[in-house]
Amino acid sequence: MERTTLDMWVGFFVAAGIAATIGLAMKVGNLTSSNLGDTYSLKAAFENIGGLKPTAPVKSAGVVVGRVADIRFDDKTYEAQVTINVSQRYHFPKDTIATIYTSGLLGEQYIGLEAGGDSVMLATGDKIGKTQDAVVLEKLISQFLYNKASETDSKDKKKAE
Amino acid sequence: MFDRLVDTLRGIGHRVVDRVWRLGFAARFFLQSLACSGDSFRRFPLVIKEIYFTGVLSLIIIMVSALFVGMVLGLQGYNTLQKYGSSEAVGVLVALSLVRELGPVVTALLFAGRAGTAITAEIGLMKATEQLSAMEMMAINPIARVVAPRFWAGVISMPLLASLFSLTGVFGGYLVTVQMIGVDEGAFWSQMQAGVDFREDIVNGIIKSMVFGVACTIIALFEGYEAPPTAEGVSRATTRTVVNSSLAVLGLDFVLTSFMIST
Repeated sequence: MERTTLDMWVGFFVAAGIAATIGLAMKVGNLTSSNLGDTYSLKAAFENIGGLKPTAPVKSAGVVVGRVADIRFDDKTYEAQVTINVSQRYHFPKDTIATIYTSGLLGEQYIGLEAGGDSVMLATGDKIGKTQDAVVLEKLISQFLYNKASETDSKDKKKAE
Repeated sequence: MFDRLVDTLRGIGHRVVDRVWRLGFAARFFLQSLACSGDSFRRFPLVIKEIYFTGVLSLIIIMVSALFVGMVLGLQGYNTLQKYGSSEAVGVLVALSLVRELGPVVTALLFAGRAGTAITAEIGLMKATEQLSAMEMMAINPIARVVAPRFWAGVISMPLLASLFSLTGVFGGYLVTVQMIGVDEGAFWSQMQAGVDFREDIVNGIIKSMVFGVACTIIALFEGYEAPPTAEGVSRATTRTVVNSSLAVLGLDFVLTSFMIST
């Protein structure tokens, strides 16, 4: 079997196709950024998780340190049990606060970890005690409107007096 | 009056039976080409030659159209997104629409027009000039010698072409939005990388293009193999290849997308 120029063109084509796939994965996709290495899992309970989804990022000081692994509803405490995988490289103190934030006004939701001052570190399977729920926009708006309404009410009363 | 009614009914029935017969024959044809594919892998130079004709020679049309599709997506996306003050999201818009939908679908449509018609016409002419019968006379199975290598060449070429299409399209979008309009380059790429998932978007796009490759190639081969051995028959078969492949690709795209979105 001899080599022909045709083989060369086909080889070039196949190589270009595979390179395009790898290029898509690296430059367009998130294959490079999702690499956290070995992880350990932590738990946190929230009263309201808003629109948090599995594989959402876990950030501390804006840096991605882990990902949300699992979300499930606990019918004893009526809270959402969120399991997160944090990279083995990072350790957080026992009194770390987990908060659900939204990136931008309408962006995706993520968990922010704010480190406390405790000297004991969280280990695999530990539960983060202090959590803060997602901000629900509707609640915020209704609270604002209610406050406004009560303000004007009291003003009216004052005028009447 | 009664006779004409009977004739009409008979005509409809004949057409339905004919379609069902063709479908059954196509399925058997597909299975037989799969069964014969062992032979074509043993004689891989045959497949390589067909990859050259279906894949390499389609590169120019695929890459040029991808560049323009990406550029148009970039322009249109920017035009709408800047009204909402989020023109940086044009990167993720271009990448997602190319990787998920336009890459596999437009590649398959172009492939059906560029390579599918060539396959149909070639095999149809082989049949019209009785080359296929001559092979059978020499105890060579024409499905193993002619059909299976072309089938595998199409199935191998399509995902590679679709990947090249998506990448070239993203480059086209980059050219227009970043280089011409002046969208921030860092935001363009970072939004894209945050929005496009490897498993959910890129791999699903490749799976789609593989399915389209099987569908387009087998339709082209079958229409050629089944073409009446006349000049008119071959020309009709070529038309049917384009029509049927395009419909199959668009229909399959809906089915595949609904599977992929629901999970």
